[in-house]
Amino acid sequence: MRESMEFDVVIVGAGPSGLAAACRLMQQAKEAERELTVCVVEKGSEVGAHILSGAIIEPRALEELFPDWKKMGAPLNTPVTEDQLFMLQSDNKSIKFPNLVVPKTMHNQGNYIASLGNLCRWLGEQAEQLGVEIFPGFAASEILYHEDGSVKGIATGDMGISESGVEKDSYMQGMELHAKYTLFAEGCRGHLGKELYQKFDLDKDNDAQHYGLGLKELWDITPDKHQPGLVLHGSGWPLSKGTGGGFFLYHTENCQVVVGLIVDLSYENPYLSPFDEFQRLKHHPVLKQYLEGAKRVSYGARAITKGGFNALPKMTFSGGLLIGCNSGTLNFAKIKGTHTAMKSGMLAAEEVFSALNNGCNGAKELTGFETRFKDSWLYEELKQSRNFGPAMHKFGAILGGTFNFIDQNICKGRLPFTLRDNKVDYAQLKVISDYSPIDYPKPDSKLSFDKLSSVFLSNTNHEEDQPCHLKLKDQAIPITQNLPKYLEPAQRYCPAGVYEVIEDESGAHFQINGQNCLHCKTCDIKDPAQNITWVTPEGGGGPNYPNM
Amino acid sequence: MKILVTVKRVIDYNVKARVNADNTDVDLANTKMALNPFCEIAVEEAIRLKESGTATEVVVVSIGPKACQEQIRTSLALGADRGIHIETDSMPESLNVAKLLAKVVNAEQPGLIIMGKQAIDSDNNQTGQMLAALLDIPQGTFASKVELIGDKVHVTREVDGGLQTVALNIPAIVTTDLRLNEPRYASLPNIMKAKRKPLVVQTPADLGIELKTHSKLLKVEAPAERQAGIKVNSIEELIEKLKNEAKVI
Repeated sequence: MRESMEFDVVIVGAGPSGLAAACRLMQQAKEAERELTVCVVEKGSEVGAHILSGAIIEPRALEELFPDWKKMGAPLNTPVTEDQLFMLQSDNKSIKFPNLVVPKTMHNQGNYIASLGNLCRWLGEQAEQLGVEIFPGFAASEILYHEDGSVKGIATGDMGISESGVEKDSYMQGMELHAKYTLFAEGCRGHLGKELYQKFDLDKDNDAQHYGLGLKELWDITPDKHQPGLVLHGSGWPLSKGTGGGFFLYHTENCQVVVGLIVDLSYENPYLSPFDEFQRLKHHPVLKQYLEGAKRVSYGARAITKGGFNALPKMTFSGGLLIGCNSGTLNFAKIKGTHTAMKSGMLAAEEVFSALNNGCNGAKELTGFETRFKDSWLYEELKQSRNFGPAMHKFGAILGGTFNFIDQNICKGRLPFTLRDNKVDYAQLKVISDYSPIDYPKPDSKLSFDKLSSVFLSNTNHEEDQPCHLKLKDQAIPITQNLPKYLEPAQRYCPAGVYEVIEDESGAHFQINGQNCLHCKTCDIKDPAQNITWVTPEGGGGPNYPNM
Repeated sequence: MKILVTVKRVIDYNVKARVNADNTDVDLANTKMALNPFCEIAVEEAIRLKESGTATEVVVVSIGPKACQEQIRTSLALGADRGIHIETDSMPESLNVAKLLAKVVNAEQPGLIIMGKQAIDSDNNQTGQMLAALLDIPQGTFASKVELIGDKVHVTREVDGGLQTVALNIPAIVTTDLRLNEPRYASLPNIMKAKRKPLVVQTPADLGIELKTHSKLLKVEAPAERQAGIKVNSIEELIEKLKNEAKVI
């Protein structure tokens, strides 16, 4: 028998949605002078360790949650001062768009360049001060159900199990955390969220979800090149036609810039390597002008849920709610998900609190949430942007961009039709015979780097002797199917070098270096055979991102 | 018997330490910090001695800024009974640390003082030995085994070329090496309980110690990056290069 603890609310994941929900719950409890127990479990070794985002943050939700956030010292210190938008035509040519033709959602006045990891660290402190119990280093590995099928809570993973499955000296059994309501805030493609979608059929009425892979680096640049508040966005080269995505470069505080590339995971070319695309991107003059002579400080990657409004699932089920990117609340037209994730958490907190106040014990589904959500600015905002992603995917960057300009700036998202994009990302991949290999340039170790030295900068570590947390449903598929058809694309889409095909006299072998994993979830999303399942490793493992 | 364990807050061993922009120190802004691994082993050993009935109380002490209370709480969650925090924002040198600890030892009168052999940030490996000298009590450093037999503590030490076992009168100081034990994980209920365990905060001034600096940090530099290697075609070429280019033979 596992030990158990009881809470009013258990939240899985200390990201912006989970922490905003935790804070909002406690604020309401304080106002109503009601005792409330809220617990947050976080698989990262500390709050913020697994958080990676651009990030330009729209402070709307933060302002609602903590109207005094500036005085309280929230780490949003760099207001955006200038937006630049580029189309890269080749490895050295580009067009800079005049501000007038840029879709409105891409204007960033009033927003801040910040580290989402640091914002979460700050939100974590606020939550603890409000009385929330936060447990970093504990991974929610399992959903617990009542007999009637409603969610009862979660169990944390066992610790101290060897690779072969034997209990080590340090073995510690996982714990059951029971709650009246459980909020799942795992971020994009949460592994418990994935189970909930299936169990409660949450996505039966929405379009297919779409994903991107975001790669990001943090650089120390020389003071003479540093323009705090300057924001660059762009698309085009190095991604070839038919592959969606775009880059960002933000000048943040402390003489640092963040640079990154988002590659849509709907790409078709099996030879494509998002990591190598990102590395060669930095050689383009538009980016190189800032990075030359600078020093790379950190690296990381994370999948993004970008299907938007059309792909929003049902967010409620008996005993709980899905919030933030776990449900897909990111606004892709703005390429921003922090304010929407936080708002979804706050709405969930309000619904849960009113249910608890009315004596509900979780057995009933929180059907009131839908009304609350539909009446919110969050719903309105996502609805207005509903055509952005499908337009980019259907018409490409130029025509899609034009469409989005008309849709967002002239019609304000009120066009009387909705574009749909219903083919799932993993099914888009085509076979190798349709393409020729991409010849990526060798990294120069000044602007571009190899995968392993990059992963090194993410401070990723997992306890060495533990079961592999990347599960294959069928051990044979990587070699028998994926290798001949796609040259096993996991070798290339994984931004951390987790997957390798090793050839020796006895043939090809599929090797999984789980220790390198950045918890980005791309393999779980993009494997064409849907054969890889990402599960939580021992708590505390994974990247330790500083300032990301 | 009471055991005093010293713990230090250091940069997490998984984090790649980097030098700050003006080369004055290692950059610790928003960097993951953790309990020094050798100190964690010390805490574990003390708890095991308590669990086996040898010790009755485990007290942890840490010196540093307010944030090092996190590491005290971690130790309490692992099973220590109470904490002492000596708060200072400066990074006291080993001798200052030993002097502060000597005051704590005099006040607490523990039978055994278990410390990490060194902290993984500055890698000094001095404090244990200095404390033993200041208190004039025996020390067993680099311990891979600790046993209480009668009124003596038997410490197996990892020395060059083998193991050495010493028998020490108590009170004594033991500093831990990596092989002493494998620390446990803190459980959720214990983490919650740890928040309510007693923790006393003192300052160096309360203990009557003035922190003096005997050395000055001039600058911090990252090690030179390793140059890429080359492939040679023959043994002759290799020898030629070792002789004339590298000048090592």
